[in-house]
Amino acid sequence: MRVGVFICHCGNNIAGTVDVAKVAEAARMMPGVAFATTYMYTCSEPGQEEIKETIKREKLDRVVVAACSPRMHEVTFRRTVEKAGLNRYFFEMANIREHCSWVGEDKALNTNKAIETIKLAVEKVKQNKPLFPAKFKINKRVLVIGGGVAGMQAALDCADGGLDVVLVEKSSSVGGMMARLDKTFPTVDCSICILGPKMVDVSQHEKINLHAYSEIEEIKGYVGNYQIKIRKKATYVDWSKCTGCGACIEKCPSRNAYDYFNFGVAPARAINIPFPQAIPKKATIDAQFCRQFIKGKCGVCAKFCPVGAINYEMKDEIVTEDVGAIIVASGYGLIDLDKLPEYGGGRYPDVISGIQYERILNASGPTSGHIERPSDHAEPKTIVFVSCAGSRDKSIGIPYCSNFCCMYIAKQAILTKDHIPDSQSYVFYIDIRSPGKGYDEFTRRAQEEYGAKYIRGRVSRIYPKGKKMVVKGADTLLGTQVEIEADLIVLATAVTATNDARTLAEKLHISYDQNGFYVESHPKLRPVETNTSGVFLAGACQGPKDIPASVSQGSAAAAKVLSIFSKDTLESDPQIARVNTNVCVGCRKCIGTCPFGAIEEQQLRDGRIVANVIETVCAGCGICSSTCPCGAIQLQHFTDNQLLAEVNALCLT
Amino acid sequence: MNKNLLNFFGGGVILKTFVYPKESYMEPINLTEKTDWRFIDQVKKESGQDPALCYQCGNCTAGCPYTKYFDFPVSQVMRLLQAGQKETILNSRSIWLCATCEACTTRCPCEIDIAHIMDVLRIIARRENYVAEKDVKTFYDAFLASMKHHGRVFEVGILMGYNLKSGHLLADADLGPKILGKGKIHFLPTRIKGRDKVLEIFRKSQKKRKNSV
Amino acid sequence: MSEKEYIYFPGCSLEASAIEYDMSVRKVLTSLGVKLIEPDDWSCCGSTPAHSVDHVFAAAVAARNLAIVEKMGACTVITACPACLSAFKKAHHRMKKEEGFKKEVNAILDEPYNCGVTAKSVLQVLLEDIGPKAVAEKVTTDLPDLKVAPYYGCIINRPPEIMEFDDPENPLAMDKLMGAVGVKVCDFAFKVECCGAAFGVAKRKMVNELSSKVLTMALDAGANCLVVTCQLCQQNLDLRQGQINSTMGASFNMPVLFFTQVMGLTYGYSSQEMGIDKHNVNAESLIKSRRPVEERIKEEQEKAKGKKPKAKKAEEEES
Repeated sequence: MRVGVFICHCGNNIAGTVDVAKVAEAARMMPGVAFATTYMYTCSEPGQEEIKETIKREKLDRVVVAACSPRMHEVTFRRTVEKAGLNRYFFEMANIREHCSWVGEDKALNTNKAIETIKLAVEKVKQNKPLFPAKFKINKRVLVIGGGVAGMQAALDCADGGLDVVLVEKSSSVGGMMARLDKTFPTVDCSICILGPKMVDVSQHEKINLHAYSEIEEIKGYVGNYQIKIRKKATYVDWSKCTGCGACIEKCPSRNAYDYFNFGVAPARAINIPFPQAIPKKATIDAQFCRQFIKGKCGVCAKFCPVGAINYEMKDEIVTEDVGAIIVASGYGLIDLDKLPEYGGGRYPDVISGIQYERILNASGPTSGHIERPSDHAEPKTIVFVSCAGSRDKSIGIPYCSNFCCMYIAKQAILTKDHIPDSQSYVFYIDIRSPGKGYDEFTRRAQEEYGAKYIRGRVSRIYPKGKKMVVKGADTLLGTQVEIEADLIVLATAVTATNDARTLAEKLHISYDQNGFYVESHPKLRPVETNTSGVFLAGACQGPKDIPASVSQGSAAAAKVLSIFSKDTLESDPQIARVNTNVCVGCRKCIGTCPFGAIEEQQLRDGRIVANVIETVCAGCGICSSTCPCGAIQLQHFTDNQLLAEVNALCLT
Repeated sequence: MNKNLLNFFGGGVILKTFVYPKESYMEPINLTEKTDWRFIDQVKKESGQDPALCYQCGNCTAGCPYTKYFDFPVSQVMRLLQAGQKETILNSRSIWLCATCEACTTRCPCEIDIAHIMDVLRIIARRENYVAEKDVKTFYDAFLASMKHHGRVFEVGILMGYNLKSGHLLADADLGPKILGKGKIHFLPTRIKGRDKVLEIFRKSQKKRKNSV
Repeated sequence: MSEKEYIYFPGCSLEASAIEYDMSVRKVLTSLGVKLIEPDDWSCCGSTPAHSVDHVFAAAVAARNLAIVEKMGACTVITACPACLSAFKKAHHRMKKEEGFKKEVNAILDEPYNCGVTAKSVLQVLLEDIGPKAVAEKVTTDLPDLKVAPYYGCIINRPPEIMEFDDPENPLAMDKLMGAVGVKVCDFAFKVECCGAAFGVAKRKMVNELSSKVLTMALDAGANCLVVTCQLCQQNLDLRQGQINSTMGASFNMPVLFFTQVMGLTYGYSSQEMGIDKHNVNAESLIKSRRPVEERIKEEQEKAKGKKPKAKKAEEEES
C-alpha cells in the first residue's frame, strides 16, 4: 500500500497556527505513507494538478489531503483522484482547519493535533474499500406543491422545458397570496392583471396537470422515483359540470361562512368561488358552514344550479402520481391578530391586518374597492399603519424581519391617498427596509409626494375613544410620546410559516428551522436545494420574501430539476448501509430504527429472513449500524473496522 | 422661569432649545472621551440586563404613562445608558419619577426589564448623592424611617415626617376632614414585637451601602 | 362547603387608611367558607420605597414575612395588596433563580427564607381556587343600578412572568367575578394604565392628572362606578377625587369601590358592614336600588309567560 499525504497551508488559515513542515515530516514516518508534502492552496487548479501528477509519479494507491472541512472540498478532491485513475473512495480528508488551526492559538498543540488527525485519516484510508455508485432510471415528471406565484413559475418553466408537471394547490384556485393583492410595489401594477396570464397559462398548458383543492397525503420513494398520494378534497360540486356561473352563491342562505380568501374581512356564503378571476372558476362548499351538512336541511344550491353540478355525497378521492422530483412552493402564513393584544387585535373591528386592508382596497374585494371602516362602514380620514406588528419581537417568538412589510405599507399609504385625497396616513416604523430596485425611491415617494407622515417609533397601545381609536406611540427622533386619534388602523402582521408547514416537511423528509421555514442546503450558495436529494424549494416557504425573489426561486428550482433530468439515469451514493446476510440473524431491529424506511425483510433461498437495504432510499445515516446487535449491517465507507482503525490509531499508538 | 412648571406642560423641548441652550444636552458629545464604560458595566451587573439588546424602537416610551413628566423619556434614558452618559442620567428627574408600573417591561420586544434598570439607576443615584426630585426621596425616607422604628408603616407619622422635612407643611391637609372620624386613621403606631429584627435588617443592609436611610 | 385555610397578609395600609378593603375581604371570604390566619408578627413588605433604595434590602424585608409563613408550615400566602404581592413575588423569584442573591438576602435576615412559599392575590384565589360558580352561589341581592368599570391597576398582572396571573393587557378576573355576582360590567380600555402610584404625597398634581384619565375613560365606557383591587388606586381615585376636580377643572362624581365590597353587597351585607360609608365619594345613590334576587327572577318569569304564545307563532312561520 502506498499512501500519499498532501498538507495544505491554506495561505495563513492553517499555516498560521500549524507548523505544516513539521507535520509533513511526521507524516512521512507513518506506516504505509510513501509520500508526504505541503502545498499552499491544494484546492486550486495547480494544486489539483500536483496531486494527479504525484499519484502517477509515486505510484500512490491511496490519498489523504489534510486541509479544510470535507464539507468544502471532499467532492473536488474525490474527482481529482478519480481523474488520476484511483477509485474515488480511496481518498480521505483530514480536517486540520475547522477542527484544528481555527480553534486554538497554541502552535505546538495545534501541530500535534494536526499530526494525530492525519494519523487517523491514514489508518482509515488503508482500510477503505473501493465503492461503485449504482445507476437507476428516473421518471422525468415533477411535482410542484403550491400554486402561488413561485409554484406557478416553477411549473411553467418545467413544462416549457418539456417535463410533465403535476401541480397541487390546497385552495380551490391558484394564485396564492399574490392574487389577493390590489397593486404590487414598486410599479403599482395591478396584481391580478400581471398574475392572471400566468394563472391561465398554468391551467391551459398541455404539460401541466393541475389538482386544485387538493393536498399531499403521502410521499414514498426517492429521487427519480417518487410515488405521491394526493388527496383531492371533496368540493361537493362536480367540477366537470360546474360553469362558474355563480347562481348557487346568490341563493345560498348561509351568510356567515369565514371567507378564507378575504381573511375574514366580510363573511361569505357557504358555497363560494373565492374571487372573480379564480382559476379553476368552480364553486366549493365549506361543509363547516353549510346548512345541508350541519342541519341536514337546505339543498337550495342544488335546486338553483342550472347544470345540476351539486353533489352532497361527494367523498375525498386519493389519486396517485409518479414523479421524479418535487418542488415545494407552499408559501407563508400570517400571525393572528389576537396575538397582539396590546393593539386590540381581534377585539376592536377597526384594527385590521395589512392583507385585510389589501382586500378592502381591491376593486374586486368585499367593499368593491371603497375604503371603509369595518365598524360602521364610514370612510376613514386618518389611517395609521403600524410596522413590525409581531416581527422583530423576541418576546412573542418572532425575532426575524418579515421582509416586505415596509414596502407594502408605503404602497398602501400611496393607494389610500389616491382613493381618499383628503385623508392623512401615518406610518410608525423602526427601520425602513427597502433594498430592491426602485424600492427606496418608492418609500420616499410615499412621504414626499403622497403626504404620508412617517414616525420613527413603535406603538405601545391602541384603545377606543368614542368612535375613534387612540394610537399611543413614540417618536424617538423627537424624543416624545405621540398620540393619534385614528379612524382605521392597519397592522403589518408578521409573516410565519403556514400552519401545516411542519407536517408537510415531515412527509417530504426535509428540515425546517425553529420558525417553521424550510432549510436550504446552504444559505448563500444553494438557496433552492434541500439536503434531501430530489426535493427543491421555491418562494416564501423557505423564508419571507417578495414577489421578484419568489419568481426567481421558482425558475431556479425548475432549472435544478431540469438539470437532474438532463440525464436518463442518476447515480446513487454508495456510502449506504449493506447487510452481510451470513451474519444477519433476522432480528429486524434495523427495520424499526430506520427513519427513512429504507430497510425491508428479505427471504433467502434457504428460508431464513434477513434484512435488506433498499439502496436508493438509504440516506447513509448509520443508525441501523449502531442498532444491529451483531454488526451484520454496516455503513459502507464508515464500517466498524474502518472507524475502529481510527480509534486504535489515536489510543493505542 | 419655573423649570418645573414648564416641564409640567411638556415644554421640555422648548426648554432645551431656547431657555437653556448652553446645557450639555445640545452640545456635541465626544464619545471617545466621554463614554463612561465602567458605568455601563456597573449598571449591567447590578441590573442583570444588557442595554445592547435595545434597538431603540421606542415602545417603552410609547406606553409609559409618565413620559409627560420625565425630562428624558425612558427610551432616551436607555440610549443615554448605551452611550455611557452617566452624569446626564444620574442628574435626570426621570429616574425619580418612574413608578415601576411595569408597562415598559411587559411590552419590550427585546425582553429587557426596563423598569428594573430604572430602579437600579435610581439606586445608584441615591448612593452617589444625585437627587433631582428631592420631594420623592423625602417621601421614601419618611416611609422607611417609619418602618424602621415600628416594623410596620405608621401613615400619620409618615405624612408628618414628610411635611416637616420637605417644607410642604400643608401637603394633603385638605384630605384630613375627608378621612377623619371614619376609623381609618390611627394616631398611634402599631409596633410589632419583632421590630428590633426589622431594625437589624436595616442596620445590616446599611453596612453594605453608603447612604443611610 | 369545605373549609379552606389561607395565610392572609393584610399589609400596613389595610389596617388603617384602607380598612374597608380588609373588612370586605374578610367578610366575603368567610361567607365562602375560607378561614384566614395572619402570619405571626408580620412586618411591612417595603413596597415602593424599599426597592428604590436597594434590592437586597427590599427582598429581605419582603422575605422576612415569607420566612414567617414558611415557619408556620404553609406554602401559600394570600394578600389583597398588589404592592405586597409584587414585593413577595419578586423576592421569591429572584432568590429562587440566583443562588448568590439568595445567600446575600438570607445573610441580613433573622430567619432564612428557603423559597417554599407561593404568594397569591385574593383576586386569584377567588377566581381560581374558589371559582365563579361557588362565588355566584352565595348571591342573594341584585344591584341593578351599578355599571362598573373594572380597574386593575398597573402591577397586579405585570410583568406576567413574575406575577403569573391573568392577561397583562386585558385582564378579566374582576370582570368574571363581577359577572358571577350579577353586576353589569362595562368594556373598559384603561384597565392597566397607572393611576399615579405612590407619588400622591410628593407629586400630587401628576397623580391627579393620571387618575383623571382613568375616570374619564370609565365614563366613556358608560360606567357609573369603578371597581378596584388596589387600595392605592382607590385612594388616588376616590379620596383625591376632590383634588382631581380642582387640578383638572372637572366635576367627577364617581364612586370607587373595592371589588370585594361589591361582592359583599350582593351577598346581602349592609353598606356599613362593607365599609362603603368610609369612602369619600358617596356610593349610596347607586346601591339604594338593591333588591333580593328572587324579585328579579319573579319578574323575568312573568315576562316569559307573557311572551310564550307569541314565540310559538313565530316558530311555525319559519318552518
